[in-house]
Amino acid sequence: MGTPPMQQAVELRGKAASQGIFTGPVVALGDTAVVFRKAGNPTIERAALNAAIATAVAAIRSLATDNTGDSADILEFQIAMLEDPELRDRALAAIARGSSATAAWWDALEREVSVYANSSEDAFSARAADLRDIRDRVLRALSGEARTYPERGCILLGDDLPPSLFLETDWSQGGAIALRQGSTSSHVAMLARSRSVPMVIGLGPDWPENCKFAIVDGTAGLVLAAPPPELIAAYAARSVAETASRDADGEFLLRPARLQDGRHMDVLVNIVSVEELAQIQPQSCDGIGLVRSEFLFRDGAALPNEEEQYLVYRAMLEWSGDRPVTVRTLDVGGDKPLRGLTTDDGGVLGLRGVSLSLQRPDVFCIQLRALARAAVHGNLKIMLPMVSVVQELEQSAQLLESCVMNLQAEGTACAKPPLGIMVEVPAVAIAPEIFAAAAFFSIGTNDLTQFIMARSRAEVDVPDTVEAVHPALFRLIANVARCGKDNGIPVSLCGELAGNAKYLKQVVAAGITSLSVPPNALARVKATLARI
Amino acid sequence: MKGWLVSSVVVNHEVGLHARPSVKLTKLAKGFYCNIEIAGTLTGPWFNAKSIVKVMAVKAGQGTILHLRAKGGDADAALLALSTFVSQDDDGDTSDAAGG
Repeated sequence: MGTPPMQQAVELRGKAASQGIFTGPVVALGDTAVVFRKAGNPTIERAALNAAIATAVAAIRSLATDNTGDSADILEFQIAMLEDPELRDRALAAIARGSSATAAWWDALEREVSVYANSSEDAFSARAADLRDIRDRVLRALSGEARTYPERGCILLGDDLPPSLFLETDWSQGGAIALRQGSTSSHVAMLARSRSVPMVIGLGPDWPENCKFAIVDGTAGLVLAAPPPELIAAYAARSVAETASRDADGEFLLRPARLQDGRHMDVLVNIVSVEELAQIQPQSCDGIGLVRSEFLFRDGAALPNEEEQYLVYRAMLEWSGDRPVTVRTLDVGGDKPLRGLTTDDGGVLGLRGVSLSLQRPDVFCIQLRALARAAVHGNLKIMLPMVSVVQELEQSAQLLESCVMNLQAEGTACAKPPLGIMVEVPAVAIAPEIFAAAAFFSIGTNDLTQFIMARSRAEVDVPDTVEAVHPALFRLIANVARCGKDNGIPVSLCGELAGNAKYLKQVVAAGITSLSVPPNALARVKATLARI
Repeated sequence: MKGWLVSSVVVNHEVGLHARPSVKLTKLAKGFYCNIEIAGTLTGPWFNAKSIVKVMAVKAGQGTILHLRAKGGDADAALLALSTFVSQDDDGDTSDAAGG
């Protein structure tokens, strides 16, 4: 078979900003060509700038009426920036000194853009795109030129993409975004993810000249410029397979989780508030594996009293029916400060978790009493966070016991729920048998990884780090699982790792039979388990 | 410094780094007559809380401490409203809840 002469395909590696695959024609977004006005007299220039800003605000407002949610928020932010006298006054001052409206606005915004663009914080530098967006909108209004819109179903190629251009583009025929610079935390990236538009950023300056056709692989974070027909066909097949697998995962949601050989796995859900439960179908999980109760304790507000806590726990138990609900007691301190309770000393190694609760029995007993009262309404378990020595478990058990006795003496209905521990301190994961008095173990991989690696959580969240740590981490998980089996203590895993399809095989191989995952990971985790 | 009422709060809101909460904060501030300023350190620089451009410039990330000060007739009420807002973390944001 003869092969027609073709352009050499070029693979450009960037960073994945929004998942999915799109193949199609490339439209290069030109730089903004600014037509600088000649400076008229300051009165005319001032009027021109005010009119241009008003035009820009009106245009964004009309765009905002067609958009809701994140999109509307972004547009509202742009309007607020445009209406802020801070920017306008800077430009007007320059006009008073003889600048043209164009030059004055450009300079005022450029100063602001560079402050943002040079910030080392990603969330902050990403706002530079918003500022350029409003800068250019006002400049277009000043020069009277209209914006040209890309056709539908295209790959937009540029240094960065203004959020408003994303919102004004028709994505109904698909499309994708390929950026030489850009940021995964930009507004455009957020919008692309919410509309399922594949997007890759950070491609660098090496786009091949004259390349008018490409594949954007937003899952792998790369772009294939000028791909040969075989590659296009291969990607088309993959794109179909990915869509099918997303739909197929959904089928697993309401079924009990099973491994390929038919063995049952418990898959529970992690929640932070009772409101979340409205979005979760009870049949989709085997109970609530982790209630992060510190979210009931909002900083700045008064600590919730016994009755408020009781009502929240009770509502969770009623939702869950016979299935277990595991409430983790207040886990603050370290990277989760709470005003009036925690101190800054020691960072993640400071006073936190159960040791903090034991120092404040007044606060702890309110929670234990509320839990004991709620326990009569379902299958409740209490879990202690950040346990490191066995005395913490013993003291907590005594406190719980005395709370229950007091409630009984008061004639209040209550029950004593089983008391288990989080395994997230390496000392506990290494020698779990010391804690055999615990009713259950739940392995928290996020903190455990952080402590094994002596790195902050923020750094541990980088996938490469997990990759690097896994032999040690999985050895500890296997150790805890074995100890649980030998001593008849149920073991589950509730960290980030449980929701990560990539590591599930090793989690299962380490002897874990119960997982607790974020609600949005339920279907994917069950689908993945079925193939193990 | 005379006449300023000062309050310091831990930022639970993603004020400063994120657009939406910053817009909300300036809108809230504009509802008061008094002068309201915010800063990352007590020694300043202090920024006008009614200006979105200035509020963004404070770069107050989550978990940091933000200082607020107000001067004028309704300074008391303004400080209370703003510090409550900044210390909240329930902006209706639906970020993924990770476990552990």
